[in-house]
Amino acid sequence: MSSRDDILGRVRAGLHRNASNAAVAREEMLAALTNRSQGPKPGIDAEPKALLERFRLKSEQQSSTVDIVAQESDVPAAVARYLAAMNLPKSAVAWPSLARLDWAAAGLQVEGRGARDADLVGITGCFCAVAETGTLMVCSSPDTPATVSLLPETHIAVVHASRILAYMEDAWAVARKELGALPRAVNFISGPSRTGDIEQTIVLGAHGPYRVHLVIVSD
Amino acid sequence: MHFKANVHAKLADVVLQGNLKNAKGKFVTRRAEAIKDLDDFEATRDAAAAIRNKVIDNLDLWLECFERKALDTGAQVLWAKDGVEVCRLVIEIAKKHGVTKVTKSKSMLSEEAGLNQALEAAGIQPVETDLGEYILQVDNNEPPSHIIAPAVHKSLDEVADLFHKVHGTPRKTDIPALTREAREVLRAHFLTAEMGLSGGNFLVAETGSVALVTNEGNGRMVTTMPKVHVVITGIEKVIPTLEDLSTLMRLLPRSATGQSISNYFSILTGVKKPEEHDGPEHLYFVLVDSGRADVVGGDFHEMLRCIRCGACMNHCPVYQTIGGHAYGWVYPGPMGSVLTPLYAGIENSIDLPHAATLCNQCGIVCPVKIPLPDLLRKLREKQTERGLRPLTERIGLRLWAWVAQRPKLYALGARVGARYLKWLAGDTDRIRLLPTAPEWTLGRDFPAPQGKTFRELYAARRSSTPRA
Repeated sequence: MSSRDDILGRVRAGLHRNASNAAVAREEMLAALTNRSQGPKPGIDAEPKALLERFRLKSEQQSSTVDIVAQESDVPAAVARYLAAMNLPKSAVAWPSLARLDWAAAGLQVEGRGARDADLVGITGCFCAVAETGTLMVCSSPDTPATVSLLPETHIAVVHASRILAYMEDAWAVARKELGALPRAVNFISGPSRTGDIEQTIVLGAHGPYRVHLVIVSD
Repeated sequence: MHFKANVHAKLADVVLQGNLKNAKGKFVTRRAEAIKDLDDFEATRDAAAAIRNKVIDNLDLWLECFERKALDTGAQVLWAKDGVEVCRLVIEIAKKHGVTKVTKSKSMLSEEAGLNQALEAAGIQPVETDLGEYILQVDNNEPPSHIIAPAVHKSLDEVADLFHKVHGTPRKTDIPALTREAREVLRAHFLTAEMGLSGGNFLVAETGSVALVTNEGNGRMVTTMPKVHVVITGIEKVIPTLEDLSTLMRLLPRSATGQSISNYFSILTGVKKPEEHDGPEHLYFVLVDSGRADVVGGDFHEMLRCIRCGACMNHCPVYQTIGGHAYGWVYPGPMGSVLTPLYAGIENSIDLPHAATLCNQCGIVCPVKIPLPDLLRKLREKQTERGLRPLTERIGLRLWAWVAQRPKLYALGARVGARYLKWLAGDTDRIRLLPTAPEWTLGRDFPAPQGKTFRELYAARRSSTPRA
């Protein structure tokens, strides 16, 4: 007998599985998968300004820094300002989807591709953002490679205010509508990578970025 | 497993006791703060327990559903009855893809299976990449003492000595500098390993995905950089939908580390598309039984709800005093005292169900409402039913039962006992050393009785109170 049959066989025996209770359970399973009922959620003011404010506050609590600009064309200048203020290099890797922005005009050298170990600054967008916890939802695709938010020591993310949603549940609904099936990797990112493994002392910059800077486009 | 001997050693270990004292309460305070953001924590716990019940009550169907979805995404699904089979399957996958090095993000199941030793024996290098797990691996493969903070028993000084010795770098006691040193060592491994191995916090039936909860980013590294990703998880980890995942995520990081959300929360589905820059070309799920299937539908069914947050051990007075290693196997604390007998055999862990004060701190904080003290009590009952308790205890209890059925004799015994204890206490109200049970008074005093038994007091009161 295969291990699969053996394991499932013992699970079925434990549950006293038979044809009639299987039919009932299948109905319930189908209902759960179709209804996608949601659990209790903390109350959040869903008015756009309030969402932006909560997202900013929660992001800062997660040790991200936040800048707000009026339109997308302001992003390269905002990124250049941040890099200069932090004394970071003026060259970066970015999602190919962001290569269309005029980075050179802001004095930046930006290459649209997947990240390599040597890249120090990575610029990404996000699929959407979650105000409840101050979290970016980042989806992988050829135009939005996962490495850009992971390998560089500094991660800069462009967030459109219109994409800030109240809850993670809202993000799933948008993903189903816009993407259909889930991409290979959905990463929810809340601030720089961290560890508390030595004496429970929180240190930023474990294996991923040391710092996360958000440029919110208020649209 | 020699729990009692371990406990004596751990209580006498001055360094460990200092480290435990230092760690004590940090997780507890952070959790208490974090659950305040949830308007209705109790309702969220109920919802989470209901989600877990929905799956484990029909686990066969949910497993088939997950398997179907995962296969649709291009992943492969393998099944392992026990640790030996886990090791065999992982080594087969590694050989098939010409793997010489495996980077691992934390997987308690690989600890259960002893996978690192098996990989090494097969000539494949396993590299633990969670900072805590890495510290333990380079310290002669010391086992973890906590499921969330594996090296919580180690002090900064110990880590400083260790890195100085292992990395051959100048000794440093700055925690960020030590963390950077490990980052640099491990970055090279992330970039060169051909296989990444992870556990799975949840398996999502709706999408055939694995969900990983991490802070360091090592979970992302091992599932992004190598060409092969192997997920090793228990068969009980399935949940229905992405919405259910969101509910559970409101509880897991809060209960574990007191975070409202972990730094990274990754939902991984299928393999890299040809035009993508990154991601594994091959994804394998190894669904592991190792004792779980036999728990389904039985007396300990509710234990399968566990989401491995570690809150029970963080709040356990016994764990806080002896640390995780004393428990002798992969899972410590109250959840370990239930799981170890179930997965490793009741007869192999006689002391564990008794390593609890039944104070129910664990039950109160459990995010999925597992009645841990009840399960510990049930395990004690099983031990008695199977005649596994020590001979002296069995004789003692039989003797007590015999006396208890003879009221006069019992009253006499109680009188003698109460007088004896009163005499032992002298003119204080407590006994510092019980000659008949010296272990009991090792770490605490025994409250002294007043000298009279309940029956004597009752009789005296009745005769002095006039009847209505």
